[in-house]
Amino acid sequence: MTNLQETWVYLSASPLFHLTLTLVAFQAASWLFHKGGRNPLLNPVLGAVILVVVVLKATGTDYATYFEGAQFVHFLLGPATVSLAVPLYRQWHRVRASALAITASLLCGSLTAIASAIGIAWALGGTPEVLASLAPKSVTAPVAMAIAEELGGLPSLTAVLVIVTGIFGAMFGPLLLTLLRVRNWGARGLAMGTASHGIGTARALQVNETAGAFSGLAMGLNALATALLLPILWGLFS
Amino acid sequence: MLNYLTLIFLCQLLGEIGVGLLGLPIPGPVLGMVLLFLFLMVRGRVPEPLGEVAGGLQGAMSLLFVPAGAGVILHVELLGAALAPLGAALVVSTLLTIAVTGLLMQWLGRNDETEASDD
Repeated sequence: MTNLQETWVYLSASPLFHLTLTLVAFQAASWLFHKGGRNPLLNPVLGAVILVVVVLKATGTDYATYFEGAQFVHFLLGPATVSLAVPLYRQWHRVRASALAITASLLCGSLTAIASAIGIAWALGGTPEVLASLAPKSVTAPVAMAIAEELGGLPSLTAVLVIVTGIFGAMFGPLLLTLLRVRNWGARGLAMGTASHGIGTARALQVNETAGAFSGLAMGLNALATALLLPILWGLFS
Repeated sequence: MLNYLTLIFLCQLLGEIGVGLLGLPIPGPVLGMVLLFLFLMVRGRVPEPLGEVAGGLQGAMSLLFVPAGAGVILHVELLGAALAPLGAALVVSTLLTIAVTGLLMQWLGRNDETEASDD
């Protein structure tokens, strides 16, 4: 028994345990997703997050300790984002052919994301701090956090809202686009990347390379558009 | 393979430096993506090992969001207190954004023929 305790004390302080926990939780959630006929409700990111949170709560581990191990996974987000240049390059002829359509759709999508999030949260009694934290929710986390801070929101709350937005978009975006008869891969990818950044892009890449390329592009462009537009819009209404 | 992984890291590093020096409102990795794209433009094709590295990273991309997602544990109280405005705004706004962007892009780019089947 003491041996077991000692082992736990040692393991819970080493990065290996929480790194492995992250990987195992994701494998389990992916297995469930495939077993469940790829039902969007069984989204593997959502499932893995729930499993990790349950284990952290059960073992009384704080998030900082968990992150010491999980940071190695988290770190790879940067290189993965850089590598999106490959599908973008492969699909460049399609992107270039519809540059004007992309610009117009992206700007309208970006404005919709900002205005509807602020408008609805305001109408339901959200505080200015909540509104500022929510406004950049569709943008990739590092940019969203910087914008939220500039507007007087809580960057760490924004990070959570960004992830939830991404998961929600990845879960229901493809279904909604199919219902709306948006069948063009470029349009589907652009919509996923604009509304739900990297998580939507990861989902789009699983389905089709054109969709993945347009989604990665939309993620980058929406980060730029929101960083430029949101502070101006915020100034107009507050 | 290792040389292209190095190239990806180098692009990210240069991206971080560029964003910092120029004060750009985008994350370093996004500028890194632009730099790798420019490399490919100059090179004129995707070297096979680079395609493999990129495919590997992108195949695991969903996993990479799990550590940040578990950060929800930090804000359980705040999320509970503002559940109605946050939940409703997030759900409706995300669906509306996907609908507006997707429909507009399909309509504006309607001579493009990359048709999708359901997924």
